[in-house]
Amino acid sequence: MKKLIEGSMAVAEAIKVCRPHVISAYPITPQTHVVENLSQFVADGELKSEFVNVESEFGAASVVLGSSATGARAFSCTTSQGLLLMLEVLYNIAGLRLPVVMVVANRAVSAPINIWCDHQDAVTVRDAGWIQLWAEDNQEAYDMCLQAYRIGETPEVSLPVMVNFDGFILTHAFEPVDVIEQKDADQFLPPYKPAQYLTTKNPLTFGLLVDPDYYAETRYRLQVAMEDSKKIIEDVADEFKSKFGRYSGGLVEKYRLDDADTAVISMGSVSGTIKEVVDSLRDEGKKIGLLRIRVLRPFPKEAIFAALKDVKNIIIMEKNISLGLEGMLATEIKACFYAKEKQPKVSGYIVGLGGRDIPQDSIRNTILKAEKELAQAEFVDLKHQLIGGVL
Amino acid sequence: MLKEIRLHGRGGQGVVTAAELLAVAAFEDGKYAQAFPAFGSERMGAPVQSFVRIADHKIRARNQIDKPDYLIVQDSTLIGAVDVLYGLKPDGMVLVDTEKKPAELKLDTSAKVLTIPATKMALEILGKAIQNTTLMGAFAGATGLISVEAIKRSVKKRFPGELGERNAKVVQKAYDMMKGGENG
Repeated sequence: MKKLIEGSMAVAEAIKVCRPHVISAYPITPQTHVVENLSQFVADGELKSEFVNVESEFGAASVVLGSSATGARAFSCTTSQGLLLMLEVLYNIAGLRLPVVMVVANRAVSAPINIWCDHQDAVTVRDAGWIQLWAEDNQEAYDMCLQAYRIGETPEVSLPVMVNFDGFILTHAFEPVDVIEQKDADQFLPPYKPAQYLTTKNPLTFGLLVDPDYYAETRYRLQVAMEDSKKIIEDVADEFKSKFGRYSGGLVEKYRLDDADTAVISMGSVSGTIKEVVDSLRDEGKKIGLLRIRVLRPFPKEAIFAALKDVKNIIIMEKNISLGLEGMLATEIKACFYAKEKQPKVSGYIVGLGGRDIPQDSIRNTILKAEKELAQAEFVDLKHQLIGGVL
Repeated sequence: MLKEIRLHGRGGQGVVTAAELLAVAAFEDGKYAQAFPAFGSERMGAPVQSFVRIADHKIRARNQIDKPDYLIVQDSTLIGAVDVLYGLKPDGMVLVDTEKKPAELKLDTSAKVLTIPATKMALEILGKAIQNTTLMGAFAGATGLISVEAIKRSVKKRFPGELGERNAKVVQKAYDMMKGGENG
């Protein structure tokens, strides 16, 4: 059934039909509406779940870690500083192979404090061992929540999954979302049955000290699970489509790339805006398309190379920067072409930091400019009058 | 068909709620709709913007609306203080809450200018100076983009009981005034 609802409500409704046993989160803008709605569902008896209030995001991550280790399906949600505060626990959740699902309402990081959207938060934690899914719109964010539990709880994966959706731009946007009935969700997502879990009936210990004789193998197994999850991510999306009629998956989305000379690359909600610009440039005869990264970890290098192998120009527009180098995607996309015969020109642009709006005219001008230059970490729409002075 | 609406007002005037309810009403009419605020750290009285897109197809664009077809100005004191007209399409329309006639506003635009004393009407019918629902009714009357029935339903759903009924009444009154063409 289609409803016109706020993005945060869509995600809360998706998590409701996933029936998590435990929810723990600490409120932080712009994630707040997601957990407010979930806590209301629990208080109203619509969702049988234990909602654990905590003193911080570190506590929230620790609660979902502990509850997942006992075999519970666990959920958390955060953003920005909250995600950074969780970092130590994020590595532990992945290392313990616990299929926690967490939604991140992507936001810039301090200092200076900024509550608006960019992708620095989740990009910064990309090495923690979590699968990262990135939504373009609220339907996709909704669908990804159901898929996230299926992917993470698949025994050969057994990894936590992060669903990223843009703070404010999606969390606070009202748009139609097709929601799934509980009985249909239950068919798609059966109860979580872990092979091992903490119980007094069969005492085990998880994550104990391992010496140099063992540690590398645990990291190797994580790496293999990550690589293997690529196929599972695609299989789960196919099954979702056969059940619900929507293809809301894949490692990358290819938009008008078939005969393209130029490809723009992006993640998240700005991809929708870029598609509008691609359409208008196509109308003018330019052979241009968009490649959207839906899954950042595991990094779909094979799918990216296959989609872009005949492209001459790559233009990356990303909402993060690895300070001292360039945007994270720029580095990783270039790596996809290492030791390949044909090397496209790869230009990297930083857009939309701290919620700066990205007008269609800016996207268009950047694309036209990129035809004539090789850009590295070039900031789009920078206000030069603000950076003339010395700090 | 894609129509873009930008709403200007001040914090506390329900600018964000108006965008949401316009989208809900358009969706009830069978259209695709998107509403979002220009997210600031808004305080009561600070200038606020919100945005609505209405289409007969899926809406993908997420940028703030910089070339609107329609403008709704909930507070005429913003004119001059904020460039409310920026990017307004020359064949577009601007609807302002004021007791003045359109020509008296001296707006520098070739777009159609309409006015309605929405705050005054809201004070009379709702007993509160919250003019957003009145302007929604006027917008429906002026553009025909959204049905007045859908707007009344969305308002009543958002404000249950007596408050919803009174809001629906002011929506209908504003709609009828615009339909009567006495404000252009």
